[in-house]
Amino acid sequence: MTRAHVVMLLGLGMLGVIVLDQVQSEPLNPYTAPPMIALGSGMAAGGAHCAAPPPPAQ
Amino acid sequence: MTQANAHAAPPSAPGALSRAGVLALVAALVLAVALNAGPRSGAILAIGLGFGLALEGFRFGFTGPWRRMILERDASGLLAQLLAIGIVACAALPLLAANGAELKGAHAPVGLAMVGGAFVFGVAMQVVLGCGSGTLVNAGSGNAIGAVALPFFAIGSFAGAYHLSWWTSLGSLPVATLDGTGGLAVTLAGLAGIAALALLLGRKGSHRLPARYWAAALALAVLAILHLVVAGQPWGVVYGLGLWVAKAVVAVGGDLSGSAFWAAPANAEQVEASLFTDVTSLTDLGLIGGAALVAWWRAGFASPVGVLPARAWVAVIVAGLVLGYSSRLAFGCNIGAFFSGVATGSAHGWVWFAAAFAGSWVGIKMRPALGLEKRK
Repeated sequence: MTRAHVVMLLGLGMLGVIVLDQVQSEPLNPYTAPPMIALGSGMAAGGAHCAAPPPPAQ
Repeated sequence: MTQANAHAAPPSAPGALSRAGVLALVAALVLAVALNAGPRSGAILAIGLGFGLALEGFRFGFTGPWRRMILERDASGLLAQLLAIGIVACAALPLLAANGAELKGAHAPVGLAMVGGAFVFGVAMQVVLGCGSGTLVNAGSGNAIGAVALPFFAIGSFAGAYHLSWWTSLGSLPVATLDGTGGLAVTLAGLAGIAALALLLGRKGSHRLPARYWAAALALAVLAILHLVVAGQPWGVVYGLGLWVAKAVVAVGGDLSGSAFWAAPANAEQVEASLFTDVTSLTDLGLIGGAALVAWWRAGFASPVGVLPARAWVAVIVAGLVLGYSSRLAFGCNIGAFFSGVATGSAHGWVWFAAAFAGSWVGIKMRPALGLEKRK
């Protein structure tokens, strides 16, 4: 087994994730997408980040 | 070796035509994402590709330099990391101070679970020789350990996020940040202090950074600043991995309403939205793709995969799960917490570094017992 086989399996896995996502997620709409650059856009930063504190425990 | 074949390309090296073809395909993929998900998504994917190209292309990372600092007293890699963080801080802290509404830092509270999570992450990252970014880059370059660890990293990230509110309730301090000019001065002084300590403890001559470390530090810094400006938030890794599993759980009929984290409106919306609209998913995909591109360019895919004992693979799977779970408790991995946390003035980034470095020392000692390297 070579690294090529590993990457092929990984690529298939990633493709599976993307296909699953496209099937179940809301359709993409580029016309409602945010501007290309956040800085200067006037929009509040809203993306999820691993450092964001969680909501309080229920 | 004859003169004729001394300059010949390796047998499996891609030709100029196929290289141009693959580059065109990658550009077309980025363009397709930009046209379908919006220009910001395309730009973030391109930045992610840049991270992958820089890390794999310059053979730079976080786990290896820490390992060499601990085992060989070679401070050069750690110094390059500190340099990159310092450059990012010089841009990020003024940008955040002036544009607090449009940009946000990697700010998180210091707490019991955060410190424990960072320590455990440090252990696990040395077991698999891959951190947050390292696991993605290793997997993309065809490293079997990275590829096996990656899905379990994602599962661990999902589970850690699922329980995150409970862990945080065990005890956390308010979020503490270093802001503005004073914050930048303290951040740079702190980085210089760690660099001085590394030089003091490092072996003679390890202050000389190889050219590729300079290049890697500069490339990562420029890309990280671009990421902040384009995405509105710093570079991160682990949120996206957990999100992929959350989507899979929902796809098979799972219910996430029992988790305060995944049921929170922002996260629930992201589970329903395309991953091409999620910042960390895009950079993660780019990281994997960029690393794969470099490995292919270098004809590195022909290398055979090493043979390891069964207990080593079990260790890789467990370490992958632990990497994902602990990085959520720690509010990030080496990227989201250490690199981006310190560069954007979060106190948790500094605490993360101390705890994870201590954990790395333990992880290095564990590798021989797990069958991942020979006992000395």
